[in-house]
Amino acid sequence: MTAVEEHPVVEATPEFEALAARQERRRGALYALPAYLYLVVFFAIPFLIVVVYSFATRTRTGGVELGGWNLDSYQRLGEEIVRDVLVRSVVLAIVTTLICLVIAYPFAYFITTRSPAVRNVMLALVMIPFWTNFLVRNYAWRLILANEGPLSNTTDAVGLGPTEILFTQSAVVLGMVYAFLPFMVLPLYASIERIDTSLIEASRDLYGNARQTFTSVIFPLSLPGVVAGSILVFVPSAGAYVTPAILGGNKNVLLGSYIVDQFGNARNFPFGASLSVVLMVLMLTATLAYFRSGGRNL
Amino acid sequence: MTTIARPRNLGSRLLGLQAALVYAFFYLPILVLVIFSFSDDRLVGRWGGFTLGWYEAFWNDQELTDSLWVSLQVAASSTVISVVLGTLAAFSLERFRFRGQRVFDALLYLPIIIPDVTMGIMMLIFFSEGIDLLDSVGIEASKGIGTVTLSHIAFNISFVSVVVRARLSGMDTNLEEAAMDLYATRWQTFWRVTFPQILPGIIGGALLAITLSLDDVVVTQFSAGPGATTLPVRVFSLIRKGVTPIINAVSVVMLVASLLLVVVSLIVGGLRSSSTPVANDD
Repeated sequence: MTAVEEHPVVEATPEFEALAARQERRRGALYALPAYLYLVVFFAIPFLIVVVYSFATRTRTGGVELGGWNLDSYQRLGEEIVRDVLVRSVVLAIVTTLICLVIAYPFAYFITTRSPAVRNVMLALVMIPFWTNFLVRNYAWRLILANEGPLSNTTDAVGLGPTEILFTQSAVVLGMVYAFLPFMVLPLYASIERIDTSLIEASRDLYGNARQTFTSVIFPLSLPGVVAGSILVFVPSAGAYVTPAILGGNKNVLLGSYIVDQFGNARNFPFGASLSVVLMVLMLTATLAYFRSGGRNL
Repeated sequence: MTTIARPRNLGSRLLGLQAALVYAFFYLPILVLVIFSFSDDRLVGRWGGFTLGWYEAFWNDQELTDSLWVSLQVAASSTVISVVLGTLAAFSLERFRFRGQRVFDALLYLPIIIPDVTMGIMMLIFFSEGIDLLDSVGIEASKGIGTVTLSHIAFNISFVSVVVRARLSGMDTNLEEAAMDLYATRWQTFWRVTFPQILPGIIGGALLAITLSLDDVVVTQFSAGPGATTLPVRVFSLIRKGVTPIINAVSVVMLVASLLLVVVSLIVGGLRSSSTPVANDD
């Protein structure tokens, strides 16, 4: 009861309400402030520095001269070697995305046909590898594909001869499909699950066969999931660094390792910075497309 | 209706088979890794009888156990800090309107979508420029566990805030308003009404932060200096030098740790979806 006396009733005048609203705003900003400042210092500023570096000049010794701003690093993107790296990375990411889509679609569809209890278990079993250590998941394939490794020995034993796909682009695609498949399954499941079953029944009642029902009802309605899943797989595939480093060979350099190399052996920081900016723009475009497609509530 | 029942069954059987194959694809590689970590052979993928020797070798390897310790330190401190900052950020975005909110919201999304390599490069340049700057004003600084922790916080804040926001937005605000109407102070309202309800979200966010911190290779590699090598970074460089069976054992240890984290988060997640917001105590 003492609390009541401490809080005398205040008349809700317009001035009072304006004051209260201002206080609310200030309080909200106050809660946001620590994370805001942190991200400005340790994310936004580092990002701006990378952008600034991309316009800087490389000195003879491989240092960076801040000044004499130029577009040289961006002009190099047109060079044939660089274009090859970019094209190869994008193609590999597209192949990975398509394989994931082909595997995940029927799988996600099947999950939606199960009872709710079974569905939850099935989804949990998709989430587990998704949360499992990324490096370990890639390494597992290094072991399986190794020379005289389990896969090679198995194919040899059944008369197919030893498998030799380690350190090839196929191994990289395999590793990425393995790593990113859950990114495709989950949005596809979400969008197929949302389809109104009465539409499917209507199609059947109108004598649509299974294929017609799929191509003209189910698939078009699941398109948001297809778009969302494709972007979620494409984005990390295009910038992949760990998977190609473990499963790919030294030939056929991909964008991720090419960027890292500019800060290592090649020592061309401005060029590496410009490549990072290109990668970032690629990702931002894809992400904006994702939000546009209504993928916010994944 | 009965005429289409049969082909649907066949189709559904095929789909079931495909689903089984997908699960095999998900889990067999992990199983193979676990099996071969017990193999007594110097080649990583060849079976040579059962042994626990590689685990023992891991335990006796000073470099590896030191890295494990670094990983745990980084994960613990970056999680604690990012949970506090991320929860406050989630609260500000879900419960308030303030100037600069949209920019903050966008800034908070960026660390989630940015490619590892780009973020790694950002941290590399930022910390070396920052250390130069500090040196020039006479403050000694170097890359190490501190810089790794700082960069992990930078990506973990975002993931924590997304998880906590999801919880906050699904919460019934009537309870908070009721508490305020009954003259509870903001502080009391938060600790007695809001906090118990968002706790599963905070725990979920913390588990995600630990997982991501223990998972990261690329960002860590670029923010680390000598003496601050985390276990994944150490393992990554060992793999690139040439694989040895000791990596199998280390991998299985990392695997078990991440599986434990998933199981806990699935349990917390289960609690999250089964307990209705109103059904909480008081």
